[in-house]
Amino acid sequence: MARKNDKRDDEMRDGTSTAPAGPADSRPPSSFLEVRDLRIHFPTDDGLVKSVDGLSFQLERGKTLGIVGESGSGKSVTSLGILGLHNRRNARVSGEIWLDGQELVGASEEQVRRLRGRDMAMIFQDPLSSMHPFYTVGHQIIEAYRIHNDVTRKVARKHAIDMLGRVGIPRPDRRVDDYPHQFSGGMRQRAMIAMALSCDPELLIADEPTTALDVTVQAQILDLLRDLQREFNSAIIMITHDLGVVAELSDDILVMYGGRCVEYGTVDDVFHAPEHPYTWGLLGSMPRLDRERSERLLPIKGTPPSLINLPSGCAFNPRCAYAELNGGKSTEERPDLRDAAPGHRVACHLPAEKRRQIWNDEIAPKL
Amino acid sequence: MIRFVVRRLAFGVVVLWVVSTAVFFLVFVAAGKPERVIGGPRATTETLRLIRRNLGLDEPLIVQYARFLGRLLQGDLGQSYINGAPVASMIGGRLQTTVVLVLGASVLWFAGGVLTGVLSATRARSFFDRLATLFVLAGLSMPAFVVALLMLYVLFSKAGDAGIHLFEPGPPLQENFWKRMTLPWLALAFLLMAGYTRLTRGAMLDVLGEDYIRTARSKGLPERRVVYRHALRAALTPVVTQFGVDVGVLIGSTIVTEKVFGLQGVGQLVVQSITVGDAPVILGVVLAVALCVVVANLLVDIAYSYLDPRVRLS
Ligand SMILES: Nc1ncnc2c1ncn2[C@@H]1O[C@H](COP(=O)(O)OP(=O)(O)O)[C@@H](O)[C@H]1O
Ligand code: SF4
Ligand SMILES: [Mg+2]
Repeated sequence: MARKNDKRDDEMRDGTSTAPAGPADSRPPSSFLEVRDLRIHFPTDDGLVKSVDGLSFQLERGKTLGIVGESGSGKSVTSLGILGLHNRRNARVSGEIWLDGQELVGASEEQVRRLRGRDMAMIFQDPLSSMHPFYTVGHQIIEAYRIHNDVTRKVARKHAIDMLGRVGIPRPDRRVDDYPHQFSGGMRQRAMIAMALSCDPELLIADEPTTALDVTVQAQILDLLRDLQREFNSAIIMITHDLGVVAELSDDILVMYGGRCVEYGTVDDVFHAPEHPYTWGLLGSMPRLDRERSERLLPIKGTPPSLINLPSGCAFNPRCAYAELNGGKSTEERPDLRDAAPGHRVACHLPAEKRRQIWNDEIAPKL
Repeated sequence: MIRFVVRRLAFGVVVLWVVSTAVFFLVFVAAGKPERVIGGPRATTETLRLIRRNLGLDEPLIVQYARFLGRLLQGDLGQSYINGAPVASMIGGRLQTTVVLVLGASVLWFAGGVLTGVLSATRARSFFDRLATLFVLAGLSMPAFVVALLMLYVLFSKAGDAGIHLFEPGPPLQENFWKRMTLPWLALAFLLMAGYTRLTRGAMLDVLGEDYIRTARSKGLPERRVVYRHALRAALTPVVTQFGVDVGVLIGSTIVTEKVFGLQGVGQLVVQSITVGDAPVILGVVLAVALCVVVANLLVDIAYSYLDPRVRLS
């Protein structure tokens, strides 16, 4: 055990995140969830879409990892990849996903299916379109529960009512027989959470769980997730494009850009002392109630990159205000993910002192 | 549920009333002079007047209409102008033949179309899918009688054994039932099945891309359950709607199939009656067919409300 941990620390220190996953590497890690060099590519008529390209991270039980990035950065593709929900006929998935000692990328579809819903579950962005309109909410929870538990319909129904109560739905014994369209948006997302948690999964992936909801309801759902995590001790991957949401809930944050990780570390690192210009941009464009819109000085210019033809060098360079400071390096060479501080990894050519200086002098005062 | 059915039934009754009224005026008023048909070419003016009187045709239209409705409510469809036989009994057996023909074929084409549609959607672009597409094109572009004749041609030696005599009215339905019905069922089913394959395939492909299918998979449901319980249930709603329309239309238009396979159904009867201007029979057939359509649609509505319970709740 100890030896393996040492090895990982070594890897982190010299920043060889793209080390090929040879057979020697394929031993189960000690982390509950460990993703190594995950790549998810889609061959299309226009070319190969590299939606996820070399992503690595780990997560322990009871902890939350926030994944942030603009839309189109590969967050959903990553989460569906962990659940094994990509069609093997049109997605090329490589790398390793270790869940509690079991590798999932090389596992059979049937093996992964058995884990889905039971050991890992997912909450989706739009609870209305994510529930079957023709089945009652209760039916859909009961179905999820009975697939993985050998119980009678009656027992499963009691469990469904119990779960609906636990996620804060009033009169669950009645609502259990209602159809999704009879629920309000917030209640529907609660029901979705009840369904995802019905088998007590150890890993819960929430893909923008509040994006489709009213602001007031958003806060309630986030509170609920926090409480439930304490109760169930599950590991949570919280996906969002809102750094504020992630900062509130997460232990670690991973910032994605163009299918890759550009910054990864604890909340203290990434939210309070970020070092990547893209993360600065995300912070600058965060909605803040105490500021006038015009005062926000760091909106990210330009548009997210094409995942078929990423800009050469650093994928962020066409939009980066500091690309010039590296004597052409930003447009020629792709920056590796390196430790800025132990456990705080950044992919940027700017020297560390320079980044801290820019953050302290230029960025932080404006936020 | 009961309220839903009652509402649909009431609607059906209204439809029947509208149809009967429309057809009454169309047939009786527009068809004109039945006494000439009945009396024959050499009838005197006096005979013609008597015939009109006997038929009640000399009375004001509104009175005729009231009489007609009154009889209709008692289930009396009147008598044929040609042979004086009660229309109801003329239609009865023939309607049975047509309904058996259409229902038998509909089971085949619905089951066959949905199954091939599902298989071809879940194996999109596979060899099976391409084969199914070819079949759809063939089925959609071939007229009914070609299919029927083709089948007879292929099976010609056996057609005789099956008691089928081309273009001749056959014996009553009960004789050699299975042997005689199989080919017409297949011919009719083949024609409509293609459309159902295409419809089901398209609906399945749409539904399989829905968020709730992804959710079903994320729960760890076996793929079979995802396809047949979650996707198919939603994909069937447009198919079932189309089915209601097709069964209805077909009951009134199986004439070609009936003719080719020598079945005495309503299709043939209606053509004969129109040629000789036998208004009560035409009217009777139209009403009987309308009744079948209304019943078929009611059944389809009920089936639909089982698929999509939301329609019952609103
Ligand atoms: N099945 C697919 N085939 C081709 N491209 C895909 C597929 N699924 C996702 N993508 C592409 O991958 C990129 C990342 O998508 P996604 O992970 O949904 O972004 P987000 O970070 O907003 O969740 C998008 O540009 C999308 O077009
Ligand atoms: S590598 Fe260059 S372009 Fe990329 S973020 Fe750093 S400074 Fe900006
Ligand atoms: Mg997304």
